[in-house]
Amino acid sequence: MTDLTKLTLAAALDGLSAKAFSSRELTEAFIKEIEASNDTLNAYVVKTPEKALEMADAADARIAAGEAKALEGAPLGVKDLYCTKDVRTTACSNILGEFTPTYESTVTQQLWDRGAVMLGKLNMDEFAMGSSNETSRFGPPANPWRREGSNQNLTPGGSSGGSAAAVAADLCLGATASDTGGSIRQPASFTGTVGIKPTYGRASRYGMVAFASSLDQAGPIAKTVEDSAILLEAMCGHDAKDSTSLPEPVPAWRESVKQGVKGMKIGIPKEYRVDNMPEEIEALWAQGIKWLQEQGAEIVDVSLPHTRYALPAYYIVAPAEASSNLARYDGMRYGTRVQGDNLVGTYEGTRSEGFGAEVQRRLMIGTYVLSSGYYDAYYLRAQKVRTKILNDFIEAYEKCDALLTPTCPSAAFAYGEKADPVQMYLNDIFTVTANLAGLPGISVPAALDSQGLPLGLQVIGKALDEASCFRVAGAIEEAAGFVAKPHKWW
Amino acid sequence: MSVTKEDVRKVARLSRIAVSEDRLEPLANELTSIMGWIEQLNEVDVDGVEPMTSVVDATLPMRDDVVTDGNIQGQVLANAPKSEDGFFVVPKSVE
Repeated sequence: MTDLTKLTLAAALDGLSAKAFSSRELTEAFIKEIEASNDTLNAYVVKTPEKALEMADAADARIAAGEAKALEGAPLGVKDLYCTKDVRTTACSNILGEFTPTYESTVTQQLWDRGAVMLGKLNMDEFAMGSSNETSRFGPPANPWRREGSNQNLTPGGSSGGSAAAVAADLCLGATASDTGGSIRQPASFTGTVGIKPTYGRASRYGMVAFASSLDQAGPIAKTVEDSAILLEAMCGHDAKDSTSLPEPVPAWRESVKQGVKGMKIGIPKEYRVDNMPEEIEALWAQGIKWLQEQGAEIVDVSLPHTRYALPAYYIVAPAEASSNLARYDGMRYGTRVQGDNLVGTYEGTRSEGFGAEVQRRLMIGTYVLSSGYYDAYYLRAQKVRTKILNDFIEAYEKCDALLTPTCPSAAFAYGEKADPVQMYLNDIFTVTANLAGLPGISVPAALDSQGLPLGLQVIGKALDEASCFRVAGAIEEAAGFVAKPHKWW
Repeated sequence: MSVTKEDVRKVARLSRIAVSEDRLEPLANELTSIMGWIEQLNEVDVDGVEPMTSVVDATLPMRDDVVTDGNIQGQVLANAPKSEDGFFVVPKSVE
């Protein structure tokens, strides 16, 4: 039998339904692979092999009874941001201690309801604040990809670094992730995987550890565009427990993947041609444009004049909302409490011990911009700039159906290479606009750079038009013929 | 725009994060640099622009005012750092 862990999700589901192998066999193959690899890759921060086998047996029983559902028997990884009942969930922060939820997030519940199997919880930046996964309390995961001829560890990106590393290294068929400023798409780009953030409100935020509520959105990281469509269909849908969840039906996105781009208009935003952009990224972008033209799409130049204000606006909105959301971590009801001389001392000790440096920095920025007298100058202004950014997109979409951009300004970098916070923040320059405007965005692997590292292209769609994202990403995937896998060193 | 040591002390207190004296200066420098970078938003003309609420027009939904759960005291207390007789135990907060 071929190595089961190397299958795509679509192929695995076919094999399961044809009874070529059982969910138990498939799950055991992953458990074995995780056991052999995780000490080196550090993708999983909690492993749940017993639970996985139990779920696999139940799936096998349903398959035998002819009651298989959409994800029946498929082993998946879950970002540590999602509350999972009876399985420790800490968003990779010390402040949550050994927090073990007594309830399940809506997104993960929907996966289990469709028969999926949970392998464990995946590494991430603390509270999803980071672009390199370096801020995790459990230490960073390693990117399965390395520069050619080098044995230096690279970041798989962040904040969903564990999800991306696990998918790239075949430690799960697919994984949940989340995206506040690029945390699904940037790690996907860094690991040769596919990641999509849907329109804000498509997926329920219930049971997801909150970072910045007006930006946070769930989505999958997967091996192929088709796999990402299968997972996104399962994750989305209206949920009364999240008041920002949209009462929209979930389309059959999987059908869009192979529809092609003939007759579509693809916009190329000139403002994404940033200073000092590496030539390889520029060349990849040009190649992507050519691929889409060859497949019958029309290319149109568009302008998004407020692009350069997206990151500064993000670094007001996200920390401000985080400072409010993370006020709940006071050491009283859950997590680790550090006893002080008085109540304030207990709060301050708990929070300075429990939060890492980057989280503390962002909480202080957030508190600063929301402090008395500053609200209008910072938060309100940033929210108005968001409207301008969204209006740019709305205007551009009068001329095109979707936009094509690079996902990131670089390939994966080494730990410690970006020590200055602002330099690190700039990594999200192409992804953060979709969060601010609430639009869907997908990253699809398109090429390897001269050092042998994967690079992704991003497709940004209109609100609720993930279908076009899947169409364009599917066309790029086919044209690129990207089949490279990391050379196994772990 | 310059964030001073005093600003950091105040913001740290408001954030309920203990910051040691020797960390105030480096944090002030970091925040000055980040806030300086953020200042470019002042270039944008936002006169008459509404702040963004959501990409898809939506009104906050209402639900019936009924109890939907309860009787889960054990679950509520399950992760408490300290609890006793069905209560959270917290430091004395009234002198």
